[in-house]
Amino acid sequence: MNDMVSKDVWVFVEQRDGKAAEVSLELLCKGRKLADTLGGELKAVVIAANALELAERTFHYGADEALVVAHPSLAHFRTMPYSRVLTELVREAQPRIVLFGATVIGRDIAPRIASATGSGLTADCTDLQIADVNYLKQEHHRLLLQIRPAFGGNIIATIITPDTRVQMATVREGVMELFPLQTPKPSRIQQIPFEPLPLDELVEIIERHREESRVNLKGANIIVSGGYGMGSAENFRLIHELAHVLGGEVAGSRAAVDAGFLPRERQVGQTGTTVRPKLYIACGISGAIQHRAGMQESNKIVAINSDPDAPIFEIAHYGVFGDAIEVIPKLIEVYKQRLK
Amino acid sequence: MLSSLVLVKQVPDTANISGKVMNDDGTVNRAKLPAVFNAEDRVALELALRLRDRYGGKVTAITMGPPRASDVLRECLYMGADEVCLITDRKFAGADTLATSYVLGRAVRKLGTFDFILGGRQAIDGDTAQVGPQTAEKLGLPQVTYAEEIRDVSDGYATIKRKIDGGYEVLRARLPVLVTVIGEAAVPRPYSAKRVMQYKNARTLIELEKLADDNSLLYSDRLVHEAKAKNLFIQTFTMDDVDVEPERCGIKGSPTKVHKIESVVLAGGDHARIEPTKEGLGKLIDALARDHLFG
Repeated sequence: MNDMVSKDVWVFVEQRDGKAAEVSLELLCKGRKLADTLGGELKAVVIAANALELAERTFHYGADEALVVAHPSLAHFRTMPYSRVLTELVREAQPRIVLFGATVIGRDIAPRIASATGSGLTADCTDLQIADVNYLKQEHHRLLLQIRPAFGGNIIATIITPDTRVQMATVREGVMELFPLQTPKPSRIQQIPFEPLPLDELVEIIERHREESRVNLKGANIIVSGGYGMGSAENFRLIHELAHVLGGEVAGSRAAVDAGFLPRERQVGQTGTTVRPKLYIACGISGAIQHRAGMQESNKIVAINSDPDAPIFEIAHYGVFGDAIEVIPKLIEVYKQRLK
Repeated sequence: MLSSLVLVKQVPDTANISGKVMNDDGTVNRAKLPAVFNAEDRVALELALRLRDRYGGKVTAITMGPPRASDVLRECLYMGADEVCLITDRKFAGADTLATSYVLGRAVRKLGTFDFILGGRQAIDGDTAQVGPQTAEKLGLPQVTYAEEIRDVSDGYATIKRKIDGGYEVLRARLPVLVTVIGEAAVPRPYSAKRVMQYKNARTLIELEKLADDNSLLYSDRLVHEAKAKNLFIQTFTMDDVDVEPERCGIKGSPTKVHKIESVVLAGGDHARIEPTKEGLGKLIDALARDHLFG
C-alpha cells in the first residue's frame, strides 16, 4: 500500500434536533484509537443547520478536524441531501475508514453512500480492530476488522473489505466506551459549501414528532432486568420494586417486551440497548444469545432463575437457583435489613 | 392505478432456533434451519396489495436466491401478487448487499417502471438493512426506510409515516420511491384458499426441467408450454437475462469478505452459587456491598 492512500478515519456526527447523538461521540473516541493505530487523522463530518456549534464538541472527543456543512435546509436529517454531500466528500478524499452509528439515520444513509462510492460496508458492528490480514494468500496491511453478530446472534463474524479504498461500518450504540479528553484538541474547521438542489426535495418532511427518551439504561449503575419467566405484567411489578429499592433502572429481555411486560425502550439485547452497568440483576431471564449480547459486559451479573440449565448462569457471577417471584421479595427484605 | 414491485427474500429461520438444530458443540447447524419467507418482506407485500386494493394497479414480487427460493414466490401468489419473478444464477451466489442490490437494480429496470418499490427493512439472516437503500441508489430513486404506514397517494406523491429514533416523521415523497417497511406496519393477509388451489402448481423453468428429468414420459418443452397456457409459469431471470457486468455480481462483485466466523458457544463460566434463602441472599448482598455496587 503506498503513501498516497489516506490513513484518515471519519466519523459521521449524527444530530437530532441540533444535538449530537451519543453514539457519534462514542465513535469519535473509538475513531481516535483507530486513527492513532493507522497513523492518520480523525475527522468529524458534521451536517446540520448549527454544524459549527456541533463541530466544537467533536474536539473534546478526539477529532483533529471537523468537516462542517452548515445550511438552514440541513436542520433535520433527510436522506437525499445528506447522502449527496457525504458521497461527494468520500469520493473526493477517499478516507480509509468511515464510521456511522447503527441508528435509524446511520442505517439509512450509510448503505446509500457505500453503494454510490463502491465501498465495503458492514452493518451493526460490536467491535472494530485494526490488523494485518492474510486473506486468500494475500497479505493485507492494517485492515479494519469489522466484528458483528450474525445469524440471529448465533455466530460472531469478522468481516473485512480488503479490496476497497474506503472501509465503512455502522456501529451499535453503547458498545464503544465514551471518554471525553481532559484537554480538547485544538479546534480546526473546514467549511464545506452547500448548494441545495431540486433533487433534495423529492422527499420532504411534513410532520415530525420526537422526544428525548426519559429512559437512561446506558447511564444506569444498577439495572434490574426481568424476562418472560416473570410470568405476567403483574409479577413484573417485583422488578420495579427491586429496582426502586436498589436505586436502579428497570429493563427486560425481548421476550418480556414482546409479552407486553414493559415498553420496548427498556429492552436490553441485540435488538435493544447495549448496557454495561456496575450491577445487572437478571430475573427470570434464560439468557438467549440476543440478550447476552446486550449485557455481558456488565461489571457484576446476578442471575435468578428456576432453571438450573439456563444459559444466563454461564455468564453470571452470582447464581440464585430459585423462582424469581419468591426470591425477589426476600432479597428486598434482606437488603433493607442490612443496608438501612 | 399504481404499479408496485416487492423485493422478497427466503431466509433461514434464525428466529426460532431450537435444540433440534444445535450441533453437539453448542453451535447452530444452519443446514437444518427451515427456510421461510422473511417476515418484514411479507409486510411489504401486504402494503403493496393494499395500495392495489385502494388505487388499482398491479403487484409484482421478485426474489434473488437459489432455485428453491421459488417457494416464497408461490407464497406471494397465494397472498395476491399478480406476477412473480425468480432471479437465480450460480454466478450470483455469495453476493453481499452491494452485489445483490446491483443485480436487483438491473432486474427491476428490465421488468419495467414502477411507482413503488417495496421491501422489508431487513432480512433476519443478516439484519443489515442495506439492500433497500443500495437498490434505491442503484436505481437513482429516493428512499424512505423504516416506514410504518403509507397514508395516501395522490398527484404523484405518497404520504408516508416512518419511524425515527425517539419518534416518527411524516414524509411527502415524489413517486417513484423505494420504501422499506418495519414489521409493525401491517398484519399480512392470510393465503386465499382459492389462490392456493390456483397457484400451488406454479413452477419455474428449473423445476419443470427437473420434473422432466425425473420422469421419462414428460418433456420439459411441453411442460413449459402447458404451464404458460395455464398461467402457472414462474418467470426466471439468469445472468444472461439481466444486463449485468459479471465482475460486479456474486462473490466477485462483493467487497465485504467473511474473514472469520466463530460460533457462539456457551462457555462453562464459574459463578458463586447463592441459596435462595434469607441467609444465602444476605451473603449475596454483603458480597455486592463489599464491591461498592450500591449507592
